[in-house]
Amino acid sequence: MMSIRGVSVSFVILAMVCIAFADIEVIAADPWSEFGRIGLGFITPSFFSWSELLTSLANTIAFALVGVAVAAGLGLLLAPFFHWRVVRLFCSFIRSVHELFWALLFLQVFGLHTVTGLLAIIIPFTGIFTKVYAEILEEVDQRPLNALPIKALNTGSAYIYARLAVAWPQLVIYTRYRLECGIRSSSVLGFVGLPTLGFHLETYFKQGDYSQAAGVLYLFFLIIASLRLWTHRRGLLILLLASLIWLPFELSTNPEIILRFLTHDILPQPMRDAASLLDVSVWADMFNWCVKLVQTQVGIGVWNTLLLTMISLVGSGIVTLLLYPLVSPLFFRKRWRLPGHLFLVVLRSIPELMLAFVVVVMVGPSMLPAIIALSLHNGAIIAHLIGHSTITLKLPLGAARGLNRYAYEVTPRIYRPFLAFLFYRWEVILRESAILGILGIHTLGFYVDSAFEELRFDRALFLILITALLNILVDIVSRRIRKQLRLTALPEIR
Amino acid sequence: MKLSRLIIAATMLVAATLANAKDFTFTAIPDQDSSQLQLRFGKVAKYLETQLGVKVNYVPVKSYAAAVTAFRNDEVQLAWFGGLSGVQARLLVPGSEAIAQGYEDQFFKTYFIAHTSAGVKPGESFPEGIEGLTLTFGSKGSTSGRLMPEFYIREHFKRAPEEVFSRVGFSTDHSRTIALVNTGAYQIGVVNYKVWETELAEGKVDPEKVQVIWETPVYPDYQWSIRGDVDGNWGAGFSAKVKAALLGMNDPDLLASFPRQSFVEAKNSDYQPILDTAKSIGLID
Repeated sequence: MMSIRGVSVSFVILAMVCIAFADIEVIAADPWSEFGRIGLGFITPSFFSWSELLTSLANTIAFALVGVAVAAGLGLLLAPFFHWRVVRLFCSFIRSVHELFWALLFLQVFGLHTVTGLLAIIIPFTGIFTKVYAEILEEVDQRPLNALPIKALNTGSAYIYARLAVAWPQLVIYTRYRLECGIRSSSVLGFVGLPTLGFHLETYFKQGDYSQAAGVLYLFFLIIASLRLWTHRRGLLILLLASLIWLPFELSTNPEIILRFLTHDILPQPMRDAASLLDVSVWADMFNWCVKLVQTQVGIGVWNTLLLTMISLVGSGIVTLLLYPLVSPLFFRKRWRLPGHLFLVVLRSIPELMLAFVVVVMVGPSMLPAIIALSLHNGAIIAHLIGHSTITLKLPLGAARGLNRYAYEVTPRIYRPFLAFLFYRWEVILRESAILGILGIHTLGFYVDSAFEELRFDRALFLILITALLNILVDIVSRRIRKQLRLTALPEIR
Repeated sequence: MKLSRLIIAATMLVAATLANAKDFTFTAIPDQDSSQLQLRFGKVAKYLETQLGVKVNYVPVKSYAAAVTAFRNDEVQLAWFGGLSGVQARLLVPGSEAIAQGYEDQFFKTYFIAHTSAGVKPGESFPEGIEGLTLTFGSKGSTSGRLMPEFYIREHFKRAPEEVFSRVGFSTDHSRTIALVNTGAYQIGVVNYKVWETELAEGKVDPEKVQVIWETPVYPDYQWSIRGDVDGNWGAGFSAKVKAALLGMNDPDLLASFPRQSFVEAKNSDYQPILDTAKSIGLID
């Protein structure tokens, strides 16, 4: 039987073992002077070319809005069928592949086109929406449904009026939250060449133009921070419409390219070159092809991805426990909580990839930047939610203050939801761990990136599928643990 | 008021993108300072426009492979490729031709550079004593920053770079390779000699900290490649017109953006050595 304490201790020990195996060297000779230059850049932001910046800002928002809107619609359609195993598996698969991997795949077919950016968001987000919508609908007050006559139970009207209508406020809150994630994803797509904010951010950071990089980052913060101002119902509709007009849609891709990609490019090389698939030697070659990939890339990639994931999971936990008091009314007055809020907002709104990229520039591409970025980003997300949830905690009269209050009164009380949030983030952390490989850390993403650079799409797809499988496995383990410990969490964390 | 302004802005943009639909488009591999790409190649687009009499666009890409894919999918019809990316692209697009190369590209070379603290002495032959140090390549798909240096490393040590060096990185472009060795993040770097000489002249390198320890034998590198079907789409003789325009480019300002002293003729067979090398180290099947 698992216990909260047992699980916590095992994960911490596991993470410590992982650290012993991980490459956490500081490679840069003088990271502090680079840090100084970055700091200087942030004090002296510059906006190199407004037309370029504003165009990429508009693209970022447009990709996110249209992508999230379509995905939410599809999620709403699929959610009632989530109890079908095939739908569940399908959703679990499409969300197990990271947006950037989808983008890299679609780039081969549609090029740097609107469709590439939209599909890269729509596909994984549909998987997430379907799952979370289904869970919200499940957990909603069942009384209106129970009041219906039996023969009306499975009708569309019952679904709309007795479930959807009841769950609607929660669905809206969750969808709005996902829009913020959509903007993050959409910016990050710039790293592989789509014309969003990430495009310039990557360029400027790489070239060491930190003032300009800071300019882009400030613009990004501005949209995240002002999100609430323009995501009321009418504003959203207008913006959605504007986005549809803004994005160029005419597609120049011919079906031949799609066909070639599906029937040639992604087929494993031995199959592609074979005269007939009935030949036994083809399958022997196929076997060797797989074995060689597993020996040279998959093994190391999976190993490093898991190391990074386990360390960052515990790292996120530690960051959460350190930071949540900053935004909790049980520890600080409102005035003093403001800087803490700001700090957490900044940390959780920068996508991990961007954060890691900045740290890589400082300390070099060991696993250290990835650990730092993942722990800070995910820690800040959970700390924000946990800190807020302490508002509802009623401490006994004359409860201890200061450190004692933290250690004996509050932390034990929030420990269960904290653990629940952390385990929900596990698969997200794994997905990001894999993707951070494109920065040079030898996780699965490194080999996926290499395969794309060598134009070996068969290998790329194979590696992406391995990553997806790993993600699904972690999801299953996490669900088991949550079930055993009876942990549940807010939709925002899932 | 707000809405009308939005609609106007959006319509203007759509009009702009529609105009782009059928233009002759080229790209270039992002091999150095990528913030300057638009500046460097925007001028080239203007020049080609006046020479060819059609609208010419330049699209920036984030990686060597993206340049190849754009060429393959006919998103661009002309590209300034490296040796390796050019070979990859022309293998994927039957009928495509290498039409011009930089004068220097006939005998291009890679510089092995080292941070002085690594204590490696410059010499005429492959540098001894670099085993066990840290090394950064350029882009994974670079000729001068990956293919050729990896070939010489394998030839010398009879082992893969990962087994020779204590750490192997990919900096993504030549400017960044130089910067990484300059700060000491990596002890050894392998770099396009033209980018090195340009950055040295611009004072971006501290000669006290970084020096060239070996230069490889020469090999063919960068070239302009064009798709075989452009004559069908832009009229007979279009390909020849593009070639003439490239060979006739003599404005020092334009040439400086490559940087090359002039462009000379090239043909596919010039790059056979690159294809053979890529096959020998397993980058092309």
